[in-house]
Amino acid sequence: MIQATSMKPTPPPFHFSRRQFLRDGARVAAMTGLGTLVGLTAARTRGHGTVWQIDPQKCVRCGLCATSCVLEQSAVKCVHAHAICGYCQLCTGYFEPEPNDLNTGAENQLCPTAAIRRSFVEDPYYEYTIDEGLCIGCAKCVEGCNRFGNGSLFLQIRHDRCVNCNQCAISKVCPVDAFRRVPGSQPYLLKTTSHGS
Amino acid sequence: MGAESPFRFPPPEFESGHQLPLTAVPGGRAWIWEYIDVAVLLAALGIATWLIYKKRSRKGILALSIFSVLYFGFWRKGCVCSIGSLQNVALGVCDSSYGLPIGVLAFFVLPLIFALFAGRSFCAAVCPHGALQDLVLLRPIRLAPWLEQGLSVVPYFYMGAGVLFAATGSGFIICQYDPFITVFRMNGPVLMVTAGIVLLLLGTFVGRPYCRFLCPYGALLKLGSVFSRWRVRVTPTFCTQCRLCEASCPFGALNHPSSANPTDIRPERRRLVWTLVLVPVAVIVGGCLGFLASPAASRMHPTVQLAELFLKKGNAPVAYGPLTPEAFALERARRDPKQVLMEAALVQKRFQTATPLFGGWIGLVVALKLVGLALHRQSTDYEPDRGNCFSCARCFEYCPNETGARAFLETSVKPSAPLQPSAPS
Repeated sequence: MIQATSMKPTPPPFHFSRRQFLRDGARVAAMTGLGTLVGLTAARTRGHGTVWQIDPQKCVRCGLCATSCVLEQSAVKCVHAHAICGYCQLCTGYFEPEPNDLNTGAENQLCPTAAIRRSFVEDPYYEYTIDEGLCIGCAKCVEGCNRFGNGSLFLQIRHDRCVNCNQCAISKVCPVDAFRRVPGSQPYLLKTTSHGS
Repeated sequence: MGAESPFRFPPPEFESGHQLPLTAVPGGRAWIWEYIDVAVLLAALGIATWLIYKKRSRKGILALSIFSVLYFGFWRKGCVCSIGSLQNVALGVCDSSYGLPIGVLAFFVLPLIFALFAGRSFCAAVCPHGALQDLVLLRPIRLAPWLEQGLSVVPYFYMGAGVLFAATGSGFIICQYDPFITVFRMNGPVLMVTAGIVLLLLGTFVGRPYCRFLCPYGALLKLGSVFSRWRVRVTPTFCTQCRLCEASCPFGALNHPSSANPTDIRPERRRLVWTLVLVPVAVIVGGCLGFLASPAASRMHPTVQLAELFLKKGNAPVAYGPLTPEAFALERARRDPKQVLMEAALVQKRFQTATPLFGGWIGLVVALKLVGLALHRQSTDYEPDRGNCFSCARCFEYCPNETGARAFLETSVKPSAPLQPSAPS
């Protein structure tokens, strides 16, 4: 009963057919154009797309990662490659430049959020692990470790947090162009022993 | 590496047999979710079209709007969205190193295909931005026609600018200046949070301000739905010219019957000829202005910014102590000035081809708008404009044919007691 077409008065046939023809033609053209576009881009599509990542070799630890991410707590975290770490007792990534004492006291720590855990392994080695829930990606420890140590601490975008924005907000402000898109199948640029420090 | 150890402090060999912890590499969101998002989009588009054309139900559209705001908006945090996908596609076409994700491509194409067949079902209740604005619309006012028509070209400018900057790799301005993403994320830069709040407040009396006067993807859908196979009609049957629906559209998308006065036709034709002559002129002038604006536009690209900073401050003494990000960037340019300058020159060259195209596009849009205004639209009924109609289903309820038909349906479907002779008790 509520058929839109059944009771509609038909417009003059000539007018109707010309407009209809133009419209159909334009639609076919638009569909063809869309098809070409899809074909063109799909040929280049990578299976899983790309994600953002920091090249640790380029990073200069400027601190913008902590503040420029669209997330309230940056998706950039400090990551520790233990195979490179010297397990130093006086870790320059963990302690302030001139610490009062080599213990876990807050006044001695470089990290503003106490996100690095220091645990004794055996004399004289200490292990340092990152608590990513606390880490804000400020790179203070990364600077300390790279300047005076082996450089085993470095920044990485953690993909369990990153929302993979079209244009990473940090990449726009990164002074050294350390952000780049990497294939989704290999989302990390980790430091390994073969890289050296 | 030679004999020298690469480490300042050689990694220890533990006597206690301590195992080195492995560096964790948490994966991202499972890729299956990308396909689930596309499936939800497709389903929502289908349901919206069905609600508009078959059910003609405003309530259904409202319910779907709420779902879309919750799912695509608050749950997915406004990402991936079709509005931004325009830029991904532009970058995907122009930059061969950028792999466009299938899901993003689907978000770009699907609403367009629906628009080509059924109009803007996407805007009606699927797009979280549109749905959000539709939900806050309380007391719609009518905008003056000159304002409405004047502002309606802005989305095309914005679309051109979005494509220009995405294609040249300078950034995704449509995402960067998205006012509602801050609402969905409940977080964001002060400027954009303010813009979001202002637009939502404005949206309580001006219907869908972002959709009508800014949305670049809506502009594309508008173009598509002009050629759509089917269209939304106010009346389910035939128009009786009762004029009850005249003020029903809060978006100014309801076309009134055109004047049949034959004395109007001749000046209208003359105007049409003049505006048609204007089209190539406007395109050429726009292109030339675009070419002139190319150096300024290229400054949006970070590499060009750095190159200019280097040319200006390259010889300044090196700063000591903690470096600012700007100083870091300058350091990089100092270390390898040739590469930075060459890259910047390449980007500028790309802009020199892109900005005239952008300027030409602006000229074309303006000229075609004038042509559209001069065109004589022949219609006898009150009908939603093909391009401007958001398919929100508001006007349906105003048509007496609709309410009559509904009342008839309700009584005839129900085998209710009063129609039948009651049995003697």
